[in-house]
Amino acid sequence: MLAFDRVKSQVIPLDRANVDTDAIIPKQFLKSIRRTGFGPFLFDEWRYLDRGEPDMDCSRRPKNPDFVLNKPEYAHGQILLTRENFGCGSSREHAPWALADYGIRVIIAPSFADIFYNNCFKNGILPIVLDADTVDRLFREVGPGYELEVVLETQTIVKPDGSVIGFDIDPSRKERLLKGLDDIALTLAFADDIRAYEARRREEAPWLFAPVDPCT
Amino acid sequence: MAKTLYDKIWDAHVIRTEEDGSSLLYIDRQLIHEVTSPQAFEGLRLAGRKPWRPEANLAVADHNVPTKDRAKGIADPVSRLQVETLEKNCREFGIPVFSMSDHRQGIVHVVGPEEGFTLPGITLVCGDSHTSTHGALGALAFGIGTSEVEHVLATQTLWMKKARNMQVRVEGRVGPGVTAKDIVLAIIGEIGTAGGTGYTIEFAGEAIAALSVEGRMTVCNMAIEAGARAGLIAVDDATIEYLQGRPLAPKGALWDRAVTAWRELHSDPDAVFDQVVTLDAATIEPQVTWGTSPEMVVPVSARVPDPAQEKDPTKRKGMERALEYMGLTPGTPIEDIRLDKVFIGSCTNSRIEDLRAAAAVVKGRKVADTIKLAMVVPGSGLVKEQAEAEGLDRIFKEAGFEWRDPGCSMCLAMNADRLEPGERCASTSNRNFEGRQGYGGRTHLVSPAMAAAAAIAGRFVDVRKF
Repeated sequence: MLAFDRVKSQVIPLDRANVDTDAIIPKQFLKSIRRTGFGPFLFDEWRYLDRGEPDMDCSRRPKNPDFVLNKPEYAHGQILLTRENFGCGSSREHAPWALADYGIRVIIAPSFADIFYNNCFKNGILPIVLDADTVDRLFREVGPGYELEVVLETQTIVKPDGSVIGFDIDPSRKERLLKGLDDIALTLAFADDIRAYEARRREEAPWLFAPVDPCT
Repeated sequence: MAKTLYDKIWDAHVIRTEEDGSSLLYIDRQLIHEVTSPQAFEGLRLAGRKPWRPEANLAVADHNVPTKDRAKGIADPVSRLQVETLEKNCREFGIPVFSMSDHRQGIVHVVGPEEGFTLPGITLVCGDSHTSTHGALGALAFGIGTSEVEHVLATQTLWMKKARNMQVRVEGRVGPGVTAKDIVLAIIGEIGTAGGTGYTIEFAGEAIAALSVEGRMTVCNMAIEAGARAGLIAVDDATIEYLQGRPLAPKGALWDRAVTAWRELHSDPDAVFDQVVTLDAATIEPQVTWGTSPEMVVPVSARVPDPAQEKDPTKRKGMERALEYMGLTPGTPIEDIRLDKVFIGSCTNSRIEDLRAAAAVVKGRKVADTIKLAMVVPGSGLVKEQAEAEGLDRIFKEAGFEWRDPGCSMCLAMNADRLEPGERCASTSNRNFEGRQGYGGRTHLVSPAMAAAAAIAGRFVDVRKF
């Protein structure tokens, strides 16, 4: 898993609530059997004026000049600032894959949909929840050249004027993100606990362990 | 101490809990489909890992499969590769899989309960947000991302923090013509698409208990549209009757033992919920969404709302954008909205009772000339067989509907079934997001009976007066 330490970057203001995962990466791109290559299609229907298909060369497609990612001053931002319930809808991990592939490392919003929030941590993206007033203030301040520095270790966001905003994160998620740990390897260290649970469960609920092969 | 249903299932699956409150949770079963699994299997392969319990999984392709001329295979090479990859991966890792030609193939969330793969009291996951559907059987079921699909394959567990408890009570009885779909859309209209975020929602009350198990699946299916990863409904006689004799349900002495345990799967009378929301069933009318989020919903008798009346600026902007995308003017009566296409299907509403309800409206009538396409996509091969045995297919075909093969189809338009830009659709699916049913397509979510009536009239009508 990709580790996260700190990011100092231009902030991209995406002033919409309830941005859903269909908007982040439309379904036609979900047919890929790989994890990479989704970045050019991030926010496809908002970003381009034509209908996107998976094999397109996006550098030749007509862009929507009004969409924030197409404004030169925001093009290289790694921090996305947005509104409540970001990432609602489907469980597709293609959404954080597309954001990460584009270069987004931090998303700041008043709230996130649960599955999306969870998926971010698996892909080296730090989702930060700030109260709606603070997000509102950031929206008013942000503009070309406006940079924030996000430091995971100290759980702080440093503003251009040097003032600091703190944020909360689960200690275990912080640890895993800082070190870029392999979740599965960590869990397999508890293999004996899992087996002990299964042995106990087999006594309590044997019907869950009866051999089933629906395909025969 | 008194426990909620969620507390009971959660506690029975905790293997260990860390200091910060995250728990290692045992996962009894996993459903797998072609879209969110290839990268998970690839991850196992790269790390040289094997599934912890292959037989705890069941795979079936649903998102990409064609709904007609299936014998010809999948025309789109990218879709075809994804479906073939699923079958190849399952063979390699010893995962049970229903192939596209298997008569039991269908939408994962229809197949799981139908086969008895879904059982009360279990934890069940799938790389699909509508996994909440299975909560209708008293299972703790929720959607996960692909990294977690891989984690469950490799370890049969997930790290989770416990959600809070919410109870949504629907008191009293709904009137005739008001269905499970209308109940859940009304709930989402009430609490909003983020109202259930961070919660597990238990649906309760007389109107919920009065629903069939299939109706309960429709309600739990859309828990995620209210932001809750999992929806739950207590086990009762209807649940047990539904499961008896299902292919993968326990048999003989094990069945009796299981039923005894399942009888405990309800919230204790004095259990405390972090939040309780109550709706009066009698006030719920057939619902129609007008915007691009499931919370943008009104009764069929209402009009398209006016953003000028909304005080919250972010909400107002969202409404204005939605109306522009939907091509609607504030104040238009819902019954004046004319349609181009009608889709009856999806994991929300493609089960036999849904098809019966739609057929009852359609019988002896014709789809309006102005409707370009009206289609019925059964949720599984078994639903299709049952519908054909009952003659429902003839009713639909005689009225001018297309009768298709099972799959997700135009709910998310990953296969060939989709809306063209600007087309307006009455759909029994679960999401009306921009572009969801096709680039530029406009989706209105309704019940199967309302979709059927809209197909006949060419516009929305109140199915109660139809």
